[in-house]
Amino acid sequence: MSALHDDHHHGPAKGLTRWFYTTNHKDIGSLYLWFSFAMFLLGGTFAMVIRAELFQPGLQLVEPNFFNQMTTMHGLVMVFGAIMPAFVGLANWLIPMMIGAPDMALPRMNNWSFWILPFAFAMLTATLFMDAGAPNFGWTFYAPLSTTYAPDTVTFFIFAVHLMGASSIMGSINIIATVLNMRAPGMTLMKMPLFVWTWLITAYLLIAVMPVLAGVVTMMLFDIHFGTSFFNAAGGGDPVLFQHVFWFFGHPEVYIMILPAFGVVSAIIPTFARKRLFGYDSMVYATASIAFLSFIVWAHHMFTVGMPIAGELFFMYATMLIAVPTGVKVFNWVATMFRGSMTFETPMLFAIAFVVLFTMGGFTGLMLAITPADFQYHDTYFVVAHFHYVLVPGAVFSIMAATYYWLPKWTGHMYDERLGKLHFWLSFIGVNVLFFPQHFLGLAGMPRRIPDYALQFADFNWISSIGGFLFGASQLILLVVVIKCVKGGKKATAQVWEGAQGLEWTLDSPAPYHTFTTPPDPKLIHAQ
Amino acid sequence: MRNESPATSTTRIVKRLLLVVVGMFGFGFAMVPLYDVICDITGLNGKTSSRYAQAEPVPVEDRKITVQFMAQNSEGMSWYFEPNDAQVTVSPGEVKVVSYKARNSNGFAMVGQAIPSVAPNEAAQYLMKLECFCFQEQPLAAGEEVDMTIRFFVDENIPEKITKLTLSYSLFDITDYEISGDEITAR
Repeated sequence: MSALHDDHHHGPAKGLTRWFYTTNHKDIGSLYLWFSFAMFLLGGTFAMVIRAELFQPGLQLVEPNFFNQMTTMHGLVMVFGAIMPAFVGLANWLIPMMIGAPDMALPRMNNWSFWILPFAFAMLTATLFMDAGAPNFGWTFYAPLSTTYAPDTVTFFIFAVHLMGASSIMGSINIIATVLNMRAPGMTLMKMPLFVWTWLITAYLLIAVMPVLAGVVTMMLFDIHFGTSFFNAAGGGDPVLFQHVFWFFGHPEVYIMILPAFGVVSAIIPTFARKRLFGYDSMVYATASIAFLSFIVWAHHMFTVGMPIAGELFFMYATMLIAVPTGVKVFNWVATMFRGSMTFETPMLFAIAFVVLFTMGGFTGLMLAITPADFQYHDTYFVVAHFHYVLVPGAVFSIMAATYYWLPKWTGHMYDERLGKLHFWLSFIGVNVLFFPQHFLGLAGMPRRIPDYALQFADFNWISSIGGFLFGASQLILLVVVIKCVKGGKKATAQVWEGAQGLEWTLDSPAPYHTFTTPPDPKLIHAQ
Repeated sequence: MRNESPATSTTRIVKRLLLVVVGMFGFGFAMVPLYDVICDITGLNGKTSSRYAQAEPVPVEDRKITVQFMAQNSEGMSWYFEPNDAQVTVSPGEVKVVSYKARNSNGFAMVGQAIPSVAPNEAAQYLMKLECFCFQEQPLAAGEEVDMTIRFFVDENIPEKITKLTLSYSLFDITDYEISGDEITAR
């Protein structure tokens, strides 16, 4: 657009207002990433409260109701505040540089979609200080727990979710418009880096399901304040309907949190294996298949509600089918590393840990997909272990890998490799000590979301909590690494990593405030 | 992109995507009637039809089906609420009348609403109610006691394997959100 013509050589504006008014994709990317890190620490603090209470059997530190508020807020803050904004931040920073575009297609909307978020989360966390307390009905907010029996603050929660949804929808529209419209000449769809591909598909998922989430919280709002009975059995509604509508959103949502991670890992592994990514085309098709399948498996979260056998069989088989494209991806990553000249810098360590640990989370997902087995595992710590394995060493590790990988490009300095490795190993050990015992707890029957437990679960909970504190504390190392790297360090070259491929590595480090104001030379665009 | 300016093409993409957003918001709400229709047709969820049955009873003498009755109060409902018969045996097509007793022992008037559920789920669509107290709200004055009736028959097409079914009612206190006509009287 015409916004480009007069500010070719300008740097960023000075002062605080730069951050409020900015329409620069790099500034907005940084805002998203810092916001998401703040939310990661906040949600992590809630998790520490949970693990501290579960350190020993019995009630020691918090009231059961406050414990419920902690589990709810931990889930909401981590999903909507930490993981999703982090990926949007990465998209903002990287997509324009990867496709040779000067900025996002809709820069002003970009600014707006970020600045909604702090207000949404201020509204959500403010409920902690209100008399009625924060939402306490779990991040899945099943009705009637979240309607008839909800604390009065549920209305704040509803509007916060509306704002987060609006922000995500605007972000996705922006990403789709950018990818479809702003690619440099020669950058055909099948030459785009996989991170761009996975985000394009994720953005479509977001546009399809975020409005459904908005719809379901709107129905709650009507049930609570306007006397409707969407989910109220007394008025002819049905609480099970809530679960169907929620999981129609909820299942694609879990792929929204993992597809961009696939893109990140597909960028990092080839760099440090010094080989082309194995099976680029199959990666694209696998991503699209996973996205499609995500819409027809939602009821596997609800096997125990009393579905007919035909329904349970359908959702069981459809769920297991997802293992096929996911297996293709894991195979491709392993094949990329096979006989590569591998080195193990911090981003690569996180990426390899991602492949191993995400696959473990995928396997427990297959166990949960087996309907009769799910009847036993449902609502136990086994489920908690499963989804934390795919979200923490899955999504979160990929975000950390991305941070280490692109940090030299963003700041112009190399990060402290020793601290980075320390961060990785403490996180890796911490996350496994934290979540692995939870598999055993779940198989032995410990229910999730309960502040107390039977004595037989004491040892594994003790181990899990120790792992939790270790993992939590070691995240502060990341903060130190990033701040050190922003402030100074060894100068980074434009190429940064010997094996890195892609347009962003043709730019100086740090990347200039305005990049690709003229499209890059088509010769630079390598086929993946 | 090559033939038109990026700005107009961006506008077009944004408009299309906004249409999808609006459509999916609508789809979320469309799931409500869709869900009811699917439950109604298939009898999933053990929902019996909320309307008077239209079917004609066709008696079948050579089968016997036990119909059991249960009652439960939802949380906060203080009425006495029990079936007068714990179970009856019927032939498919045979019209039967049974009743539940409800008593409001409180010193004030209340309104109750019973919600039915049938187990096993697949039997729900074969339980034909010609008349049911669950079709209406039940206002009871202080201390009032009533017998509330159900006239029903079991459809002759009920699968052979079902020999016993349970009709359960949950009674809800809807005094605070009594619906009179289309008006909603909040508390």
